Amino acid sequence: MPRLPQTDPGITPQPIRPGIDVSINGKPFRHTGDPAMPLLWYLRDVLRLTGCKYACDDGSCGACSVLVDGKLAQACGVTMQKLQGRSITTVEGLAQADGTLHPLQQAWIDEDAILCGYCQPGMLIAAADLLARKYDPSDSDIDGIGNLCRCGSYPRVRAAIKRAAAAMKGARK
Amino acid sequence: MTRPHDAARRRFLKVLGSASGALIVGMRLPARADTPDELLGDALLPLNPYVRIETDGTVVIGARDPEVGQGIRTAEARVIAEELDADWPRVVVVPLPLGAEDGNGEPRWTFGHQEARGSTGMPAAWNDLRTVGATARNLLVRAAAQRFGVNARRLQTRLGKVIAPDGRMLDYGELATAASLLPPANIAPKLKSPEVFRLVGQDAGDVDARGIVTGRELHAIDQLPGNALVAVIARCPYPGGALKALDADAARALKGVAQVLTIPKPAATELLGARPLAAGVAVLAQDTWTALRGRELLKIEWKPGAPVHGDDALAAPLDARFEEAPSTQVRDDGDYDHARKLAHRAVQARYRIATVAHAELEPSNCIAQVADDNALIIAPLQNPRGALDAVQQLTGLRPSQIEIRLPRSGGGMGRTLDNDHAAEAVMLAKAAKHPVKLMWTRADAFANDPYRPFAVHDISAGLDRKNRITAWRQRIASTSRLAGRGEPRERWWLSEAHPDDLPAGLVDNYRLDWFALDSLLPRGNWRAGGHGINAFAVQVFLDEIAAATRQDPLQLRLDLLGEPRQLPYRGHGGPVLDTGRLAQVLKLAADAIGWTKKRNDGHGLGLAFHFTYGGYVAHALEVSMQGTRLVMHKAVIAADLGRVINPLGARAALEGATLDGLSTALGLRITLKDGRIAQQGFRDYPLATMTQMPREVQTILVPSQEAPTGAYEMGLPGAAPAFANAVFAATTVRVRSLPILPELMRLL
Repeated sequence: MPRLPQTDPGITPQPIRPGIDVSINGKPFRHTGDPAMPLLWYLRDVLRLTGCKYACDDGSCGACSVLVDGKLAQACGVTMQKLQGRSITTVEGLAQADGTLHPLQQAWIDEDAILCGYCQPGMLIAAADLLARKYDPSDSDIDGIGNLCRCGSYPRVRAAIKRAAAAMKGARK
Repeated sequence: MTRPHDAARRRFLKVLGSASGALIVGMRLPARADTPDELLGDALLPLNPYVRIETDGTVVIGARDPEVGQGIRTAEARVIAEELDADWPRVVVVPLPLGAEDGNGEPRWTFGHQEARGSTGMPAAWNDLRTVGATARNLLVRAAAQRFGVNARRLQTRLGKVIAPDGRMLDYGELATAASLLPPANIAPKLKSPEVFRLVGQDAGDVDARGIVTGRELHAIDQLPGNALVAVIARCPYPGGALKALDADAARALKGVAQVLTIPKPAATELLGARPLAAGVAVLAQDTWTALRGRELLKIEWKPGAPVHGDDALAAPLDARFEEAPSTQVRDDGDYDHARKLAHRAVQARYRIATVAHAELEPSNCIAQVADDNALIIAPLQNPRGALDAVQQLTGLRPSQIEIRLPRSGGGMGRTLDNDHAAEAVMLAKAAKHPVKLMWTRADAFANDPYRPFAVHDISAGLDRKNRITAWRQRIASTSRLAGRGEPRERWWLSEAHPDDLPAGLVDNYRLDWFALDSLLPRGNWRAGGHGINAFAVQVFLDEIAAATRQDPLQLRLDLLGEPRQLPYRGHGGPVLDTGRLAQVLKLAADAIGWTKKRNDGHGLGLAFHFTYGGYVAHALEVSMQGTRLVMHKAVIAADLGRVINPLGARAALEGATLDGLSTALGLRITLKDGRIAQQGFRDYPLATMTQMPREVQTILVPSQEAPTGAYEMGLPGAAPAFANAVFAATTVRVRSLPILPELMRLL
């Protein structure tokens, strides 16, 4: 088959750049920048997943909580170089692809556990981690969540976790 | 020809059609009603809408005040939707930007109230915004009257529909285009009578809730224009200090760093709040991480300013200071000295309230884009008018050339009533000739903050034979937060001492003196202002009198409040204070905590009440010592806030402020080390976690037809004294200092 003459598209294909492969909310990404960059800034500045909030730098507040291979972590304290091949879930990945909310998200809305809203994504991730470990958490279990809220949403967060636990228990039956 | 009457109306209400056939209703507030029509000119045209009704029936409501967690977006939208009879599930709420036009010498504010200060948003909205909804409804009804061939007075509205007497219905969406072509009514539309309210007074969840739980809601810090450089600033850690030497070679050499710029030490003549807090060196880079790394590579020598004073240094010489004449005698009723001499017994105590920082969870940040003829600012801003002023001063631009967007803020707590972050970002964007996103780190926020003032209250009371309070002298020494803000010294007491705060007006011989202190640290507005400090001293002292005279703390307070009556109140929240409303909330709180129940479980109960910005609030706390651990079991808040627009939101605000007050009272203080702030993060400024806070929090709202007061700050002042009083009941240890925990551990 004769080939048609082609014009030069002016684009030189780039070799595949080496980098750190991570899965974020089920989608593959390659980080080609500074391997020492904390996950927090990769999520916020590069991927624009800003549900991961910045508030403290030293892992003391929980606002940037994420799940790394299902385990709770603070994104400000994990550098990209430690994440090769890992799966990360952020608050943006809690809901199902069709938009159906996670029972925790629905419970947060139902209990109006919002106020300024800045700590709530981190709270939700911490709660998801708790419910993955304890189906029916006691008050003391919930007290183990050390995320900081300056607005004082704790009573509503507590009620929302209990509500979500009950809903998930019902769904398992 | 335009009749003056029409012109006045046009100025007030603005109805626009749009290309898509939507009905748009805006409002011009009568603040500048004296402005001649011709000066308004074209400025009328770009008016942003409060209400837009789409042809599909969607109602878009613009919320004007900055949302900092107080729930104002939801509450304002409910007020407009109520008068509009909108179908709430079809309401979409969007934040309005700052509405400012070029005025005659000063900006003209097109949306009226736009700030988060002193819980003033809701009272202003109640006055202004009902008309917006009613006007839109009026137009829709008149459009429907034409379609139905029925007199408009015979039509009803409900859930986004106009209903004819024969049952025919038209959706607002079907009427939007026709309504947009009608002139506004020539008399102000009638407002609803409260008994037919469907939304006001009912619970409504936060309108941004779904965005927040899915991580999609963009707080100010979450925005990042693609072309912006991220800036971080190394600020002088010594208050009042300056840059001595800088070597920025290594920072400049870092890949991704675009520029290194300096911010000079602010001149003494520049007012706090409109200029940077400190001298600094800014690193502008492609992303936050690179900017932070670049900042670490800076080699900086700072020149300290005049030595600053921490709380201990300020408190030490007060014995002598209190013997001198006060800076201001704030109030002097009767004859305190004489009554004190005649008193049967005396009680005296001194209270100390630590300097604290704002520590709002979203650190300061600001996006600034500055060109020759326009500027854009996106930031957490509680005081956007002040931000506009700062931007104007720095750029020389006119109000109409400056766009200020108001995204949701992660807290605020008074921090962003100051616009130093906006000033920094504008200075950097101007110098860099490039859009900038300024980021503060947590450590930055502790090191440079307009801190809450330090205060010492020294109170003496004289009692008669029946243990009634006949003389009260309160001496307040504090570092006024009005220093450095363009106020003359003789007015500095205004932020510190409220002349009509109780027990003024209840005690015949009452003296309130203020003594000026200065730490040389910048000070600013902190949630509930002076009320958050002063209520502690008064309400703990009342408990001390009760303990000294073996009176019941509840009965002593009720006796002091006396017969229900109105006292004049000159401050914000006045013109009157109703002692009956305070007594009512106090009794409700005491009942709910089980005040009269005999206890043998070692738990202690504490009470407090306070009148804040028009709101009447009482707190009751139940605490115990479990070994060396102080446990808060239950908190009760009883509040009379006038008419409550959204009870769910008001309860959130009251609970939240109470927990904020308890967290701050428990363990928070700012201290100095080597001439700089010692605290660098939450590890040494421990906001309370869930486990330290009461598991049970009960909020009681008193039904009221009085004008709404707002809700966000009223829950704070009484929390700390109720807590301290409960600690005394549980431990017999009287804590006279904030924060409580370190002092309790020292005394135990």
